[in-house]
Amino acid sequence: MKRRDFMKNTIVAIAGASVPLSALEFIDPREVLAANPEIHWAFLINTYSCVGCGFCVKACKTENDIPFEANASRTWVERYVYTKDDRRYIDSPKSAQYGFTDARIDLGEHLGYQDVDPNNVGKAFFVPKLCNHCATPSCTQVCPVGATYKTDSGPVLVDRSWCIGCGYCIMACPFGARFFHPVLKVVDKCTFCYHRITKGVETACVNACPFGARKMCNIKDINDPVTQIILNERVGVLKDEFGTKPQAFYIGLASEVR
Amino acid sequence: MKSHVWRPLYVVIGIVALILLFREFYIPGNFGSGEYGFMYSYHNKDNEEVWKNQPLKYRDTGKQKMHEYCGECHGDEVETRSGDLHGIIACENCHGPALEHPDDPEKLVIDRSRELCLRCHTLLPYTTSERKRIPGIDPNEHNVGEDCVDCHNPHNPRLEDM
Repeated sequence: MKRRDFMKNTIVAIAGASVPLSALEFIDPREVLAANPEIHWAFLINTYSCVGCGFCVKACKTENDIPFEANASRTWVERYVYTKDDRRYIDSPKSAQYGFTDARIDLGEHLGYQDVDPNNVGKAFFVPKLCNHCATPSCTQVCPVGATYKTDSGPVLVDRSWCIGCGYCIMACPFGARFFHPVLKVVDKCTFCYHRITKGVETACVNACPFGARKMCNIKDINDPVTQIILNERVGVLKDEFGTKPQAFYIGLASEVR
Repeated sequence: MKSHVWRPLYVVIGIVALILLFREFYIPGNFGSGEYGFMYSYHNKDNEEVWKNQPLKYRDTGKQKMHEYCGECHGDEVETRSGDLHGIIACENCHGPALEHPDDPEKLVIDRSRELCLRCHTLLPYTTSERKRIPGIDPNEHNVGEDCVDCHNPHNPRLEDM
């Protein structure tokens, strides 16, 4: 190869490789969103507002017929307590379906309760959790029979008549949002109250929250006030490193919250 | 190539063909992928309707609409509470789901239990949480065994009005 040809080919190759990069840089997410005015549901949780009353869990279990005796829930609230001598406690007794009515930390069935001296509490807060309805969900990817799927409008659903109960999706979810329905014996999970949001009614948990800690929005509608918060304020998602692109956004996350 | 190589291959091809044939008949025709492609959304399209048709239990969205609806019959009660402290709590949180009320159920089952109040009013020493703004009691010391509603009016919880 002549030196002249080598130089020519090099320039062509570099120019060719740089085209896709520059093409990507000019895309403004707002323009893309405005050009696709469809629906994509997203969730916003403000952990500063949550007081751990558990009304959301109660409403969810009632609305969706999840037995209160079952130690599983579509949504749950976690309590984080940091003591001044740098101990960290996390608990969610009975998914917080009856709220947090005990100042002691519930360590689980075998470990009992942990007393925390009120003067020793450094900081403490509550974090409501639910299915993140990821944009690229690992749970629907692993389903061997096509029983769980992502709908076009965002929510991840389970086909109860087609689920074989293998539990692969329960293992694949990084957030622990899935569980076995103790009565129906199939996998169950948060549906973003699909039967409610498709009728223009808010989800049971959003409706029940007295403090506005939970909010829902159409993330493709940039005029939606909640979408504005997600776009303009400092929000985070859980376990970003898993690459599932969660669609539940949190205000006031700490590194211990995963 | 010799036939002893081909023969097992024919068997494998035959098995694959059988599986594909079985699959063709067994899987309903309405299976397909949506916007998210085969990887994330291969499913029975009819199932979306099944989820959409799940029965609702709780009523309308937003406390304002709730107050308006409940206020049609229970105007005085709604007025007592809607403007003040407990006005932020949706009626259904204590009174139960009321989608078809007053037809079904005719009378709502009200949760008057001590445990319901304790969800918010247990004293938790969390000064960094929003919880600090809510007055709390120690459930093991404050009138143990009695219902809160025996003394407090949940619609107007101000102590000076007790």
